[in-house]
Amino acid sequence: MDLIYSIDWYLIITSLAKTIGVLCIVLFMVSYTVYAERRVSAIIQDRLGPNRVGFPTTLLGMKNDFSPFLGGLGQPVADAMKLLLKEDFTPAHVNKFYFWIAPALGIGAVVVSLAVIPFGSSFLGDKMVIADVNIGPLFIFAFSSLGVYGIVLAGWSSNSKYPFLGSIRSSSQMISYELSLGLSVIPLFLILGTLNLSDIVRYQVTHGWLLIPITNGHIPTLSQFLLWIPILISFVIFTISMFAETNRLPFDLPEAEQELVGGYHTEYSSMKFALFFLGEYAAMIAGCSLIVTLFLGGWHCPFIPDGTGTGGLEMLHAIPAWIWGLVNIAVFFGKVAMLLLFFIWVRWTLPRFRYDQLMRLGWIFFFEIALVNVFIAAFIIALIPK
Amino acid sequence: MAYTVSRPKLTVWEKMYLPQVVGGLAITFGHLVRMITGRTKVIMQYPEEKWDASLPPYYRGAPALVKDEKGRERCVACQMCEFICPPRAIRILPGELPAASKWAKVEKFPDQFDIDMTRCIYCGMCEEVCPEQAIFLRKDYAITGFSRDQMVHDKAKLYEIGGTLEGLVFKWNPLK
Repeated sequence: MDLIYSIDWYLIITSLAKTIGVLCIVLFMVSYTVYAERRVSAIIQDRLGPNRVGFPTTLLGMKNDFSPFLGGLGQPVADAMKLLLKEDFTPAHVNKFYFWIAPALGIGAVVVSLAVIPFGSSFLGDKMVIADVNIGPLFIFAFSSLGVYGIVLAGWSSNSKYPFLGSIRSSSQMISYELSLGLSVIPLFLILGTLNLSDIVRYQVTHGWLLIPITNGHIPTLSQFLLWIPILISFVIFTISMFAETNRLPFDLPEAEQELVGGYHTEYSSMKFALFFLGEYAAMIAGCSLIVTLFLGGWHCPFIPDGTGTGGLEMLHAIPAWIWGLVNIAVFFGKVAMLLLFFIWVRWTLPRFRYDQLMRLGWIFFFEIALVNVFIAAFIIALIPK
Repeated sequence: MAYTVSRPKLTVWEKMYLPQVVGGLAITFGHLVRMITGRTKVIMQYPEEKWDASLPPYYRGAPALVKDEKGRERCVACQMCEFICPPRAIRILPGELPAASKWAKVEKFPDQFDIDMTRCIYCGMCEEVCPEQAIFLRKDYAITGFSRDQMVHDKAKLYEIGGTLEGLVFKWNPLK
């Protein structure tokens, strides 16, 4: 009996609700990121992209099919149906156990890393983060590098040379860029003095976003102004490393179609392939969420109060606080969506790096610049009073 | 023979790479904006818009048989097209004209004439080789069917696509 009373039911139920909510939002975003990828790439290349699939409301007895403003918004649904109904083929020569768990590892690690992202301020008195841990960025780095196991196992268990080459490339690429990814954010932690992502966002609410310190009408001090330089360097290195970490062009060597057939998932079909696909886009969303949280103020938008009804403009306090809680969540995912569009835009602009160029960039430039950047930030913090 | 490709000399600005990335992003963004504002016009939405009206006169669509202005079939079943056809899409079963017929000197007519449109490559060799100008490539390009059988055009279908064509035909010349 004591055990039942000692369980924190409030924590369990709210965590469960938040987990389901985040999963729904993220999977929805994943499917529409794929759609956006196709549409934006088409428009950049002077095409139209998928603009036909609506929702077949005629099947429900209505007069016309529902095809909302842009057209083609039913495409993700149709794609998902197609992938589910395709034949799930397992080649005879593969190592079956690892062949089956690789896709799950690929997406599982990414989804877990979303747990520590504060996606909103607070809603009905509850913090909008699933796990408010004090090692946020470390947790994310740990799990996003676990994601490479999915790729390596997929390539190795496929027992086929192109997937194998793809997975080898992927692992070496991830190791090279994990280094600069981790090093580039150390100046941030020197400035903030915390690894708790919620506290990092709170700091940015009061002191202005790290990348744009003038938000919130705050006039930056001399120290803050000088620290903006290492932060900018951090941002550039972190974002570029994130491209490499999520296997996006210009660093998509693990699945370079022209060289490696399809890369590490050549032998996969149906939903197992779809899991890799989802995992890739979910990794993009997780990466963008981290960039937004660290550099772009997380859920904070100037002049808008947070979920407890504090901060922002005075005149907005009359509106119930829970509405502002929802607005903060929308602001966060809006920022993530903008960053995702930037990722897509870059993908359809730049050609792929050659492998030695990729390694040179990672080990000779970013690693050193990130290392020097740490010292610059440390000197500014030590020498110039706040 | 091996030869050396001279690489372009890059300026410092170009070697920095990032400015060039921004330049590339600007180019693609320009395309995006021109596309969204509708200034780029390179697209034809196929089933609704078609380019049938502007097809060039030499367009090579589906091959078809033609009749002359009096509704007589021009083909003499010489089987030249059948032999020249690279993918062997044409099958002709010649029939013999009865000796009592006014045109007995022609000797043959196509009893069956099938073109397998799943094999046809629209090369136009049949049109080139035909001595009677009986087979032409028309402008039909959307050849569809629910089965392989439906994709085989028989004689009736070929005359339906081809229609009539006026002009000199050796076959019907009584002086020859």
